[in-house]
Amino acid sequence: MKLDAAVGTAPLVSLEHIYKRFNPRSVNETVLFQDFNFRIYPGQFVSIVGSNGSGKTTLLNLICGSVIEDSGNILIEGRKINGDPEYLRAARIGRVFQDPSKGTCADLSILENMALADRKGKTFGLFPGINRKRIDDYRAMLEQLRLGLEDKIHIPVGSLSGGQRQALAMLIATMTPIDLLVLDEHTAALDPKSSDTVMELTDQVVRSKGLTSIMVTHNLRYAVEYGNRLVMMHEGRAIIDAAGDAKAGYAIPDLLKIFNEISIECGN
Amino acid sequence: MGIALSLTENVLREGFVYALMAIGVFITYKILDFPDLSVDGTFPLGGVIAAALINAGADPWLTLLIAFAGGAAAGAVTGLLHVRLRITNLLSGILVMTALWSVNLIVAGGKAVVQFFNRPTIFSTGFGALVSASFYAQRKLIVAFVLVMALKLIVDLFLTTRHGLLLRACGNNAQFVVNLGKDPGTVKIVGLMIGNGCAALAGCVLAQISENADVNAGKGMVVMALAAVIIGTSLFERFGKFKGTTMAIFGAILYKAALQIALSLGLPPNYLKLLMAAVLTLALVSKEFGANERYVTGKEVTDEA
Ligand SMILES: Nc1ncnc2c1ncn2[C@@H]1O[C@H](COP(=O)(O)OP(=O)(O)O)[C@@H](O)[C@H]1O
Ligand SMILES: [Mg+2]
Repeated sequence: MKLDAAVGTAPLVSLEHIYKRFNPRSVNETVLFQDFNFRIYPGQFVSIVGSNGSGKTTLLNLICGSVIEDSGNILIEGRKINGDPEYLRAARIGRVFQDPSKGTCADLSILENMALADRKGKTFGLFPGINRKRIDDYRAMLEQLRLGLEDKIHIPVGSLSGGQRQALAMLIATMTPIDLLVLDEHTAALDPKSSDTVMELTDQVVRSKGLTSIMVTHNLRYAVEYGNRLVMMHEGRAIIDAAGDAKAGYAIPDLLKIFNEISIECGN
Repeated sequence: MGIALSLTENVLREGFVYALMAIGVFITYKILDFPDLSVDGTFPLGGVIAAALINAGADPWLTLLIAFAGGAAAGAVTGLLHVRLRITNLLSGILVMTALWSVNLIVAGGKAVVQFFNRPTIFSTGFGALVSASFYAQRKLIVAFVLVMALKLIVDLFLTTRHGLLLRACGNNAQFVVNLGKDPGTVKIVGLMIGNGCAALAGCVLAQISENADVNAGKGMVVMALAAVIIGTSLFERFGKFKGTTMAIFGAILYKAALQIALSLGLPPNYLKLLMAAVLTLALVSKEFGANERYVTGKEVTDEA
């Protein structure tokens, strides 16, 4: 495997002793994470699976700052980022969501979306929004998606199909240098064919840019075939965490079996 | 004939003045999706600023800039209440509108109406004085037209800048702005500053047309501006690709024309605000209808990924 987990080096992301509950002191109280610890090392492509409500999305939200922990530390490259607002953390994080409408702006054209993405983490100001010199570069990037979007740069993104939008969101999330790519079931809202296309594109981008990535997926095949570390979440804990060769040892039936055992244990 | 001409002139002149405000409301309502009620307070704020400064001997053209700045400051407060203190958008506007009532009275020196008859205005000094003597009667119309075109061009240009794109993105998808490493709250505040700056500018110009400022001038301004923007966009969208600012200007003129026609047909002035509310209701309902229609006929690009 090309992207070997570089354990032994310093972690890129660390979650230390995280506690998180929702709706505290109410009938709906959900205690999700209790002393949760999790590290992502540079070069890892982590696939996360797990039943609904096991805390996968919340894990990503904690890293990105969309949800704030009750206690514990979150570090990126050893620097504490607790308290940094979501938008400050986002400057070095690329993110694609399950909902294709979240990663792009529907009313803006493909070109305008890309021009904005081009300035991620930089100042905006009153310079012309679209840098004409960059249009050819944008076209070249779109060509690599092989969806014909390079001929449609002036149409609003809202008129694209879900698959096209998600491919564009992927491109936009990775246009500028980032430390971490965060994907939350980003193929789940697509039909099977578009889903495969976007997943292959993801793998290609992650490999070519050497991106450290964390991907939540419901598709066990993707979890097994892609990435170099496999995590299964259950009730706010990582009940499987296998990297490199250990990960390669897992096949889809193994994961299904564990899912079933968990369900029985939970009385379903 | 003479009466019809002067009515048309009246509609256009006032339409241009309210268009200044409609352009601002286009930014807050159409782009940021923020129904901003503070406009009811920032419009008369512009008027009383004009009156206070002109009576103090300031250059009338300078009052335009100061009125804009005053409106922008009020808009910043609306934005801060909403973004930083998490008060709903409607309530933030109501709070600022109410607070401005006192501010406006203070600026007006405690009077409900401040007059500045025969003092210099933008229509008699600077560019206003350059308008050829043969168009003397239409001077106000011409200056108002030039101002609205200037504002339109500036706003159009702004919307093509990086920050302008960010503003459009923010109204569309705030998460996208977050993903770019920007605080959507700040972008909203800037939008509200521009919107209310434009409203105060309109109030400033209107006061100089009538040579007095009325602290009550703001009543119904939100309804008027929203109606102008919604009528403008829903009517002209179907005729091709107009800029939002252009449609706001058309909307403001059409709206003024409709009110003027109603008045000339004998509608008692007391019924005016009732009519204004009815027109906005109609515009909102037909907008819903228009949206459904577009949804049905909207052509989707369906090549699969
Ligand atoms: N914003 C929230 N408010 C209340 N409860 C939440 C919130 N976000 C997540 N939860 C709860 O936390 C648990 C984990 O949710 P989530 O992380 O979304 O799970 P997953 O993505 O693995 O399906 C669920 O029980 C969910 O109800
Ligand atoms: Mg989830």
